[in-house]
Amino acid sequence: MSERPSIEHSESHPGILVASGDWTLANATHLLALLREAPDSARDIDGRDISRLDSAGAMMLSRYAVKVGLGLATVEVQPEFQPLTGTVQAICENPPRTVRKDYGFQQMLGRMGYAVEDYTRETLALVGFLGLTLKTGLGVLLRPVRFRLTPTVHHMEQVGLDAVPLVVLLSFMVGAVIAFLGATVLRDFGAEIFVVELVGIAFLREFGVLLTAILLAGRTASAFTAQIGAMQSGEEVDAIRTLGLDPIELLVIPRLVALLVMLPLLTFLAMIAGIGGGLAVSMASLGFTAEMFITRLQETLSVTHFWVGLSKAPLFAMVIALIGCLEGFQVQGTAQSVGERTTSSVVQSISIVILLDAFAALFFMEMDW
Amino acid sequence: MSAAGGDDIAIRVRGLRNSFGSQVVHDGLDMDVRRGEIIGVVGGSGTGKSVLMRAILGLREPQGGHIEVLGVDALSPAGRDSGVIERNTGVLFQNGALFSSLTVAENVAVPLKEHYGQLPDDMIHDLSMLKIRMAGLGEDAGAKLPAQLSGGMRKRAALARALSLDPALLFLDEPTAGLDPIGAAAFDDLIKTLQRALGLTVFLITHDLDTLYTICDRVAVLADRRVLVNAPLAEVERFDHPWVQEYFHGPRGRAAQAAQAKEA
Repeated sequence: MSERPSIEHSESHPGILVASGDWTLANATHLLALLREAPDSARDIDGRDISRLDSAGAMMLSRYAVKVGLGLATVEVQPEFQPLTGTVQAICENPPRTVRKDYGFQQMLGRMGYAVEDYTRETLALVGFLGLTLKTGLGVLLRPVRFRLTPTVHHMEQVGLDAVPLVVLLSFMVGAVIAFLGATVLRDFGAEIFVVELVGIAFLREFGVLLTAILLAGRTASAFTAQIGAMQSGEEVDAIRTLGLDPIELLVIPRLVALLVMLPLLTFLAMIAGIGGGLAVSMASLGFTAEMFITRLQETLSVTHFWVGLSKAPLFAMVIALIGCLEGFQVQGTAQSVGERTTSSVVQSISIVILLDAFAALFFMEMDW
Repeated sequence: MSAAGGDDIAIRVRGLRNSFGSQVVHDGLDMDVRRGEIIGVVGGSGTGKSVLMRAILGLREPQGGHIEVLGVDALSPAGRDSGVIERNTGVLFQNGALFSSLTVAENVAVPLKEHYGQLPDDMIHDLSMLKIRMAGLGEDAGAKLPAQLSGGMRKRAALARALSLDPALLFLDEPTAGLDPIGAAAFDDLIKTLQRALGLTVFLITHDLDTLYTICDRVAVLADRRVLVNAPLAEVERFDHPWVQEYFHGPRGRAAQAAQAKEA
């Protein structure tokens, strides 16, 4: 079907190279090898026997012609290929400078610099966004007509109700694991009964709210970023602005309120489920009865633990909602950008939640609450 | 080209039927595209210009009919699996459809790497730069991301990618939509030049009357679920159908006609 390309000295006219065959992309590998072997000087190149020529072939022919000290213009080809050689020659005359990517040390330094700058900018942006949201939120408080109830309820369902099975299941499992661990260690001291305090305190103070916040950071922050990001890249956010509406009021406040309401509720469920997990393990492997467990819980735990745990929920809700929405607004049109921003929002919200939790634990300990 | 098909018809569509649920877009549509011509496909919104292109490209399975591209039956499993159509067609989608995570040069190199992966990297890079420059972009555009380009440059970059395999067939979906008149005229010129240089067959969907008058060899009008007329422009203008008359003899049609007459 296709003729193999060739280039060789003409028998009748010494010094003239005759090119023939298909000089096409399909034969490119063959052509490369051929031209590497080809003589490096010639008086003239005759391309009239070339049966098929495309831009890849023309480019290689042109390069070869330049190498032997001729130009593509001096190579004669079939008239049908002349427009092509003309076009390619005009482009190839000043051969494209190859731009290479640098993967060296300097590049690494440069990227580190960019990363640091990025972090600084994101932190500043987050603080600024917090202020903007608070200001808008205050405005909505003063004029409650502007509060959008329907989207808020919709988001409540999405971030709260739909997350219930996941939060309950995972908390139950973690509660069971903690009870197991505690039982193994405490059995050596004959103090299995302290499993109740262990699970109770752990879930009321820390794990209930922390687990819920981490789950919602993964589940909800990413959803917020992707939703707002898609709107941003579709210029919907700009449309909202030009219609005289406030994107913060329209998009951020309902999500923020939904999380502020739902995260404490979910936290409560997580606490119950975690203690339930502990109870199940205690009954199954430590031989406690349910009454024993619950009486002990009531007698030894003060309600402060519960309030300490729950007091962190609104703070975490704020962090998750703000980061999720802010990252969404920072999306820049491309699919890649949506992906990067979503990753960034999940990573940021989880790490900030854990960081804040650590600080809060220190604070409450010092305050002796 | 591995496609045999001894005649000079690049695309042959017979009895094509496309429908979405109860809404019939094409019914018994016949169309021929000859090798080496620029055919302009026009029609009102919703007459299925893009659907026709998608059916020819195998992006959508029609409800009936027969499509032959470069002598290959585009609807048979064998024809689809052979890859002949993919290797010999380039497509410029309406919004460019450049891969947003790759630079322009990488975008152009994607089909080369996919189909001619054995070529050395230098060669692939040089070929993509050649295509980028053929499409009328400077070489510095190669390292840019699509998001960093203006609308017109993005169209050119997408054209470079469409040309990267030196296809015999080029599909353009509204190439000048969204360009300013000067940019649109330059793009028309570019298509004409490349078509001549590379011997392309061009399937051009457009609303742009100036494009029709300046570069199209023939014009196919889609209306009433079929191709009403497929002929050189002068003949199409005289075709007796309300939409055709409105289209070519409305104020915009007359202006484009006058501009063409002045240039000629």
